[in-house]
Amino acid sequence: MTDQMVDAPPAAVPAELTPGHSRWHGLRPWLPLVALAVAAIVPYSTLVLPGIFEGPLNSPGTLQLLAVCLVFGGLAAGYDLLFGRTGMLSFGHALYFAAGVYGTDILVTRAGLPLWQAGLFAVVGATTLAALLGAVALRTVGIAFAMVTLAFAQVGAILVARNFGGWTGGEEGLPLDVSGLPPALVGVTNTVNLYWLALAYLALVVFVVHRVSGSPTGRVLAGLRDDERRIGVLGLDPYRFKLVAFTLSGGLASAGGVVYCLIVGGASPHVTSSELTLSLLVMVVLGGPGTRWGPVLGGVLYMYLDHRLTAFGASDAVDALPAVLSAPLSQPLFVLGTVFILAVYFFPGGLASLTTRLAPLRKALRPPR
Amino acid sequence: MGTVILLTLTGLGLAALYFLVASGLSLVFGLADVLNFAHGLFLGVGAYATWWAAQNLPGAGPDGLGFVLAVLFGVAAGTLVAVLVELVLIRPLYSRTIEQVLVTVGLSLAGVALLQATWGADARPFPRPEWTRQVTSVLGASVPNGGLLLIVAAVAVLGALLAFLRWTRYGLVIRAGVENREMVTALGIDVRKAFTLVFAIGGAAAALAGALGGVYFGTVSPGQGGSLLIFAFIVVVIGGMGSVVGSAYAAVVVGLLQQFVNYYGVSGLGDICVVGLLAVVLLLRPQGLAGKVAHA
Repeated sequence: MTDQMVDAPPAAVPAELTPGHSRWHGLRPWLPLVALAVAAIVPYSTLVLPGIFEGPLNSPGTLQLLAVCLVFGGLAAGYDLLFGRTGMLSFGHALYFAAGVYGTDILVTRAGLPLWQAGLFAVVGATTLAALLGAVALRTVGIAFAMVTLAFAQVGAILVARNFGGWTGGEEGLPLDVSGLPPALVGVTNTVNLYWLALAYLALVVFVVHRVSGSPTGRVLAGLRDDERRIGVLGLDPYRFKLVAFTLSGGLASAGGVVYCLIVGGASPHVTSSELTLSLLVMVVLGGPGTRWGPVLGGVLYMYLDHRLTAFGASDAVDALPAVLSAPLSQPLFVLGTVFILAVYFFPGGLASLTTRLAPLRKALRPPR
Repeated sequence: MGTVILLTLTGLGLAALYFLVASGLSLVFGLADVLNFAHGLFLGVGAYATWWAAQNLPGAGPDGLGFVLAVLFGVAAGTLVAVLVELVLIRPLYSRTIEQVLVTVGLSLAGVALLQATWGADARPFPRPEWTRQVTSVLGASVPNGGLLLIVAAVAVLGALLAFLRWTRYGLVIRAGVENREMVTALGIDVRKAFTLVFAIGGAAAALAGALGGVYFGTVSPGQGGSLLIFAFIVVVIGGMGSVVGSAYAAVVVGLLQQFVNYYGVSGLGDICVVGLLAVVLLLRPQGLAGKVAHA
């Protein structure tokens, strides 16, 4: 009894500082690259995972679903730069994503620009927009900031839905005109290229967020999250740093929008809705805010569940249940919303905290030395 | 002239709807610092409960006293849901603002999905008394009675709220709590009871907005609350958090601006003007028209 108590390591030391087991410890820094390599060769596999995906892994349907999941993983990681790492609760992130989607779509379809120009303009435009709106919205803090960003994003939703000048296609959305696109990105057989594009986007976002959070700026951002007044006392301007994070995060979201527009082959008004921002928030919280892999995991898993729960809700197993149960279960948002509430209560650190939470259990299960 | 009067009165009808949603939001935010995304859900519950009661509740119906009973049932249902949400979900997270917001976000997603699962995603025709479909002639303008009903209800709610806040003990506690919550707690007053109370008031007002909004629009759908909620947020920020009177002024300004610009300009421009107004107010007066300074 006493022996065990002495043995227990101090709880305050973070996992990455304690030396791990020798064999795995050396591999740890390379794990992201290994994961990237595995994800990159997935399209060469014809593995069939019944119940998880409908077709084999390299079928276009599965690859498209995976690509959407990866884009949202990247989006969630970019949103986490605001929410988890800087502590800003923005409810308007969908606006910059939608600016990327609709910007690319309109410039390609209506203006006939080549893809690279359209994508570039869309990202630059959306980043500028984020800087301008951020400059206004950041005059408020906390909850008021959340409301203001929500209101700004609502303007985007109205502009798209009301279809001013017939540019956005209104409620029906705007299918992407593929005639001017590079042939490698068009057609069902080329879904694999879009998958790689989405993977590249995810890798880019993770890399940027990782570099930023490791830089001196990133440490100021973490300081803003923990105690904004203290940063002010230290002589740094919180407003500027928050604006930098807001702009960067908006820019990353718009790049995701460009990729998403290609994967889905057009734009639909639901990308402008506040529900999209709310779901980003759900992804980050489910995954674990402020961690490197938590938001990515949360985003991928959320999108996967959002797609698959629809099929699950229509399956025989659910239909066989009494109507009181089967009706709510057929709504993916009901399931995800409930899981989210439970996660806020019982898993404040999200999926990323599972390893530390399970550590005592593993320790207990390990045979005594 | 007739057009201006008609626009003014329909704008005020819209303002009444915003005020009913925003007054509760503003009180909840001012007192408990909870940005309540689930407020749209209370509205939806109120609307659907009224709709359900008008058909199924004995004694209730789409007309006369039966309709009053149906609306009362809807308001009671909205109040009950609001109180339950506060007691079960919000209270354990007391003083953890971000978590509270997250829970209400999850609740708004799950709750609206639940309404949708139960009654379908499509809009349902709302049972309304015959006279609300007709119009009244006011100074030469034919104004729909549903809008007038909203205005009357909102004015009544405003009067009742102000009287409650000014002349009752709990009103005093709420006003003091908005001003300085720590001080109220230090004086030995259980401010959490007041939290439940403002949630109940907010839920009742939102449910009333849902029921009367159903009369005004003629239909009820699960997503109705969500779209109103965003403008209610804007009203709260412009009016100043925690101020009922500020919400009333801001609701009138927002409702009229939206109605007039949407009529004389392009449809949809009014909504954008409202957000523009929000930006201007924030730049010139970040604490809102009548509010305490909005702090984190």
